Amino acid sequence: MNFTVIFHAGIATGTILLIAAIGEIFAERSGIQNLGIEGMMLLGAMAGFKIAYVTGNAWLGLLAAILAGGLLSLLHGLVTISFQADQTVSGLSLTFLGTGVALVLGEGLTGLTTATIPNLTVPLLSQVPYLGQIFFTDQNLLTYFGYLLIPIAWLFIFKTKPGLHLRAVGEKPDAADTLGVNVYRLRYLYTFVGGCFAGLAGAAISIAISPGWYSYLTTSGQGWIAVALVIFAQWNPTRAALGGYLFGMLRRLLLDLQGPAMLLGLKNPFFYDHNLVFFLQMAPYLLTIIALVWGSSAARRKRLGAPAALGEPYVRGERGL
Amino acid sequence: MGLRIDVQKRTEDYPKWLPAATSIGAVLLAFVFSGLILLSVGADPIRIYSFFWTASFGSWGAVSDVIVKATPLLLIGLACAFAFKMKLWNIGAEGQFYMGAFFASMVILLPMVDLQTTPKFLVLGLMMLMGMLGGALYGFIPGILRAKYNINEVITTLMLNYIAVFWNNYWIFGKYSDAGFQMTKMFPKIAWLPRLSDFAKQYKSFSGITLHVGVIFGLVAAVIVWLILYKSRWGYKITLIGDNPKAAKYAGLNITRNIVLVFMFSGALAGLAGMAEVTGVVHRLQERISTNYGFSGVIIAWLAKLNPFAVILVSVLFGALIVAGREIQPSGVSFLIQGIILFLVISSDVLLKYTIRVVRTNKDGEIVQPKATVVEEAK
Amino acid sequence: MTIQETTNETLAVEMKDVTLRFPGVLANDHVNLTLRKGEIHALLGENGAGKSTLMNVLMGLYKPNSGTIMVNGKHVTFNSPKDAIASGIGMVHQHFMLVPNQTVTENILIGLDEPKFVLNLKKYDQKVRELAEQFGIKIDPTAQIWQLSVGEQQRVEILKILYRGAQILIMDEPTAVLAPQEATELIETLRGMAKQGKSIIFISHKLNEVRAVADRLTILRKGRATAEGISLEGITREALASLMVGREVIFNLQKKDQAAGEVVLELQEVCAVNNKNLPALRKVNLCLKQGEILGIAGVAGNGQSELVEVITGLRECTGCILLEGKNIANKSPQASISAGLAHIPEDRIGVGSAPNLSLTKNVIMKSYDHAPISNSWRVDYTAAGVQAQELKNLYKIQAPNIETQARKLSGGNLQKLILARELSSKPRLIVAMQPTRGLDVGAIEAVLDLLLEERSKGGAILLVSEDLEELLSLSDRVAVMYEGEIVGVMDQKEADINTIGLMMIGSLRGEPTCPPEDAATTNINKQGGE
Repeated sequence: MNFTVIFHAGIATGTILLIAAIGEIFAERSGIQNLGIEGMMLLGAMAGFKIAYVTGNAWLGLLAAILAGGLLSLLHGLVTISFQADQTVSGLSLTFLGTGVALVLGEGLTGLTTATIPNLTVPLLSQVPYLGQIFFTDQNLLTYFGYLLIPIAWLFIFKTKPGLHLRAVGEKPDAADTLGVNVYRLRYLYTFVGGCFAGLAGAAISIAISPGWYSYLTTSGQGWIAVALVIFAQWNPTRAALGGYLFGMLRRLLLDLQGPAMLLGLKNPFFYDHNLVFFLQMAPYLLTIIALVWGSSAARRKRLGAPAALGEPYVRGERGL
Repeated sequence: MGLRIDVQKRTEDYPKWLPAATSIGAVLLAFVFSGLILLSVGADPIRIYSFFWTASFGSWGAVSDVIVKATPLLLIGLACAFAFKMKLWNIGAEGQFYMGAFFASMVILLPMVDLQTTPKFLVLGLMMLMGMLGGALYGFIPGILRAKYNINEVITTLMLNYIAVFWNNYWIFGKYSDAGFQMTKMFPKIAWLPRLSDFAKQYKSFSGITLHVGVIFGLVAAVIVWLILYKSRWGYKITLIGDNPKAAKYAGLNITRNIVLVFMFSGALAGLAGMAEVTGVVHRLQERISTNYGFSGVIIAWLAKLNPFAVILVSVLFGALIVAGREIQPSGVSFLIQGIILFLVISSDVLLKYTIRVVRTNKDGEIVQPKATVVEEAK
Repeated sequence: MTIQETTNETLAVEMKDVTLRFPGVLANDHVNLTLRKGEIHALLGENGAGKSTLMNVLMGLYKPNSGTIMVNGKHVTFNSPKDAIASGIGMVHQHFMLVPNQTVTENILIGLDEPKFVLNLKKYDQKVRELAEQFGIKIDPTAQIWQLSVGEQQRVEILKILYRGAQILIMDEPTAVLAPQEATELIETLRGMAKQGKSIIFISHKLNEVRAVADRLTILRKGRATAEGISLEGITREALASLMVGREVIFNLQKKDQAAGEVVLELQEVCAVNNKNLPALRKVNLCLKQGEILGIAGVAGNGQSELVEVITGLRECTGCILLEGKNIANKSPQASISAGLAHIPEDRIGVGSAPNLSLTKNVIMKSYDHAPISNSWRVDYTAAGVQAQELKNLYKIQAPNIETQARKLSGGNLQKLILARELSSKPRLIVAMQPTRGLDVGAIEAVLDLLLEERSKGGAILLVSEDLEELLSLSDRVAVMYEGEIVGVMDQKEADINTIGLMMIGSLRGEPTCPPEDAATTNINKQGGE
């Protein structure tokens, strides 16, 4: 098992989780929980794939994916912000909706090949021993985008004025409202941003990092892992990225564990009994649960937590009782 | 002077017929929207919809197929409705279903009793218990995590869904595999739920009708769920906790214990559905027993507004969708329709909170009040 | 009654004929309000009269259905609070609008155009420091809001509006959360600001306070102005009361002298921590007897909530809590309920009721599991309905019927529902926390009457209230809490506001002992309502 290869692959697949998770961090920091990410990712994956196939241009596909995710999230926004429906159920309904539309419109796309977003090796940086091979050699352009996204997102949320408003709207919306900040508009905006990122993450799968359309198997639950990642990351983009990369490495590690006949000097059980591989396949999902447990106990210890107004519809109340 | 749409928060209770009307309206609208999407991919919605009808209700065989499909949906719909009543989002009915199927199958696969000598009703009875146990244990996990650590049960139950499928696959592909195929050997007749076609010798019209006892499980479960939720002390506790957990705690209720119990009960119902499918339909443990019943259950529960008897009706409707949908291209259509239905039902809930009317406005933009209305003074 | 005065100066604010309707409620009915430059103008009225609503209109949060607003002589239309702020108006809300996990400076900067993008806090920390010094306000700009005391948080709210250059300040019930001395300090600060040219509207429901602070007065009652801009000279208390609530005396409470009976509740060396794991109760010793009301005075946040929580089983503690001899400390809420404890919670809506459930279902919240409402596993909703109807009639709860959802009830009726539920269980001990907060005068009177009736039947009541006057008039003894300790216990006859006020801010300590059993105490009817 070559660890450089594992890390390299981990960065690549981790990018997908990172993009989706950071998008959701924006939405949740404004107070809206969007559980529809899985559906938006799948829809983005399908839209990106289809448009890339039809136009021969992967960048147009990317654009289509972003728009698809964003539009779907606006429906979520409408229902949760304007209609004040329960955010959990609305998010779920959007998963079904996004998945349904993706499956129907994605009919017949399996097995096709499309134009893809290319990989890139950065000239000087890729010569750096180990790190260069992992981060800067033959990584997809979207992965590099991921590298940039992390500090930009972090700085935006914590060091800028719009970031201050974002956080205020998610912590105590009435405080922001009385100071003239348009709570509804900001929540719509960041829900939309989250949806766009989810669509982008989907396209990152189908036309960039793991090209191809495999119906609902294309995302196979990564949207849910991204939602869990947000909680594990305590709504912090750098921690979300770290978690995403770790998860990606784990996936690759699990694949590699199945190959060799010998593992650390002992007989490799997964090589001799192929059915044990199912337990390996369980691992990401099991780890997500463990990450959630760990994340919530850490939160209680540090007395940090979710944005206080997360999940609560904001209604400008009738004050003066 | 003009017309305007006026949206106001309701001050009185909404009319009693409104929830049912919004659900029915959502279903009808969903068919319209899906029809539009189908048109956009070149399919003919009218032809597809009329095919729906004949494929579901065109013959007794079709009706039987619909009820057979509705059976697990009914049990899972009840499982979801029960949990949702307490605002526990059990999206893991799929996983609990598979675990129930697994536990029930263990009776035959291990085997747990002597299959030659044990009477049929004991075998089936034991399988029922094991099925419910499997589901209950699998529901315990997300329940305790939510109760003690406030961990989001949507994510844990979803992850557990995947895990349950892999767990089953390990046994199906491995130790209990039938000659290397992805399924176990067929179960002996003693483990088959009685079905109408068993009586084909006495009643010729029953030949080929696969309607099985599982539907009785579902109907009995619906009555039990109704009794619990609307007539019993536990149901009162569930309703109170679901509406305001802080008030429930203040009133002395043990929230932790109730979360776990509700999750276990919900899981048990889903597990029973697994047992019913394995003994009533496929007669073996295999890879794909459920076609997303867990998710359909969520939608069914919501569409039925958590009422157990409405769940019966809605699960028949969804059973029809699935039966007819099997033969429809494109293949994601029934999933799409279900998704649209859920979305529309949630959106239509807004009508329960607000009144939406078209009003006349005068030149200042003020609403012209009809003379009969008296403006209420502040209390 | 309005007194019109002609003046040549431009008024700071002139609200003419303002009307605001909510669904089912006419909140403001053709109200006129004028604010002169450099004056402190009080807006008086009971809870629910429409004072805060009127000011929210002025603040741009609501658009009036009709009427005009002029600021400094110019017509204005506010589409959002931003417009009002731009016109120089600022409001200090009754419930603070502060983000707990952000710093003072961050809170102040929300909604401002500057800084545009980059948030360099150090620069603005300095600006805030300078502003605070200018007005003599002590605050650390880098502190996070949750670390500040209530009084400090109020100062942040004031800084917020001063930073925006507000010339017109609206203070919404600012003394509700302060000790008497702090309130006096605040009023001094406001007078100082008025002398510097700021114009201030002071919302209050307390007659006495308004007389102490206001130059002129506008009184609202049920959405209408019963007095517009009158001066306080020569106006009697009775006249004001009459304008405020339509009768000459605000409350007609019948409190008879009676001797207390046996000890019902005893706390011994009780210690507890709050949600942040900081000490909230430090060696609390208390006792409460039958037929007595023990009032707990103190600025919010000094342990009162935690005190109520340990008694009602919602919080862990060390030490003993004896309810008629039985230790109920660290037992579940169910244990204390079974032992005969009734709890009227601070938060009617969030804790005391289930908003979407019917009156019936709310009434049986603590009686659903025993006869006559229940036998074996069932709940007899018909019997429950009968009880609900009886209680509705008895307590005169206004609602369409017993199937109405609890959230449709007004504050007063909801509180009556909760009282009905709690008192119908014939409790040995009643813990009431802020029972009259936010209620209109009629409801307040009803609630206080009910509590006094329980007292005369021999009930024991632990009353926590931020309304010091109410507390003093109702309680037989008053205990003062400061930083988790009982710093003084006094008989009602000996209690005076100044002493209590000093104790509330920690400047004075009395004898925090539990009065010993008095052999000479007459035993009143021990039954207490059984």
